[in-house]
Amino acid sequence: MDIRIQIVAIVGAGGLLLAILELVRRRKLLERYALLWLFSGVVLLALAAWRGALEELAQLVGIAYPPNALFFVAFAFVLLLLLHFSVAVSRLTDQTKVLAQRLALLEERVGPARAAGAVDDTALPELEARESVTSGSG
Amino acid sequence: MASARTALAVVPAYNESATIEGVIRSLRVHAPQFDVLVIDDSSTDDTSRLARAAGARVVRPPFNLGIGGAVQTGFVYALEAGYDLMVQVDGDGQHDPKELSKLLDTMAPGVDMVCGSRFLTKGGYLAPISRRAGIHVFAWLLSRFIGQPVTDPTSGFRLYNRRAIKLFANDYPHDYPEVEAVLMLHHHELTMCEVEVHMFQRGGGSSSISSGKSAYYMVKVLLALFIGLARKRPIITAGDKAPVSAGARL
Repeated sequence: MDIRIQIVAIVGAGGLLLAILELVRRRKLLERYALLWLFSGVVLLALAAWRGALEELAQLVGIAYPPNALFFVAFAFVLLLLLHFSVAVSRLTDQTKVLAQRLALLEERVGPARAAGAVDDTALPELEARESVTSGSG
Repeated sequence: MASARTALAVVPAYNESATIEGVIRSLRVHAPQFDVLVIDDSSTDDTSRLARAAGARVVRPPFNLGIGGAVQTGFVYALEAGYDLMVQVDGDGQHDPKELSKLLDTMAPGVDMVCGSRFLTKGGYLAPISRRAGIHVFAWLLSRFIGQPVTDPTSGFRLYNRRAIKLFANDYPHDYPEVEAVLMLHHHELTMCEVEVHMFQRGGGSSSISSGKSAYYMVKVLLALFIGLARKRPIITAGDKAPVSAGARL
């Protein structure tokens, strides 16, 4: 295996690891989402640095040129991460929907004008009138 | 005991219908000065109804937030309602409200958080050996990080003063928050101390930390601890110690 591709792979995986840790430190990335990234980075770095393991792996799955096995593993992790994010996005979509529904129902209960802020003074008498109506009915 | 101070007991609960009534009743008997707020983390059972029937106020987020988000809801409530003290008592019945008085007696000026510990004396608590080993690893690390012995950093039986309430209402860790919270407290130059308590085995329901998740728990908390060490120190507010002493120039 060419030493150049090994150096590129080590620098790339090492840079990825550092970037992930720095993002977590700056709180741009939650630990919850960083762990799979970190695992990917550590495995890629280990395979890049430890030739024997990479060659063994290449032979096991029938890849003639060992660096291709590294790309294969990296691609597998990318797919895994994408799936992980699709699951996360789906959960967030559902939660946003529930939040929007709860908020809309709450606004309806509070009264539309007050929920919107009612900063306009001229809107106040109307608001008070509407409130007295709702409190009268409730 | 300073009776003029207002106090809130926050009870995070997820599917705790077996124990929640007992916890609230016990709080009302043994700690009547505490208002009780149950954070029902979108349980699928009767937790909310039972808690209300037992006389607690109930806040129910529209979906499950996890223990960190649920407890932080309590901090925000305590902050906005102007409470001077807040205690966290888990809804699963492992914390004994009778022992709240010990936490209250330990709360003093200059102490921002009192933590109930199971491990201040040996042999007090019999958890599975793997769980105890994990707790002791965290305890050992934290003790070195903050330069003060911490014996039970995963205990959620904690009493907070107004300063700690403000800090955690603003910023509280997401998953498995207890261990990181101790480090945050230290970084913000707040102080904690521990007091010995006894805890019961869970009365029902299931722990938020199943055996399958415990490996994730260990890794996540270790990562958070070490990265927490590298985080920037917080903004210093008036009256706090300055990070760089201005006195050196005089």
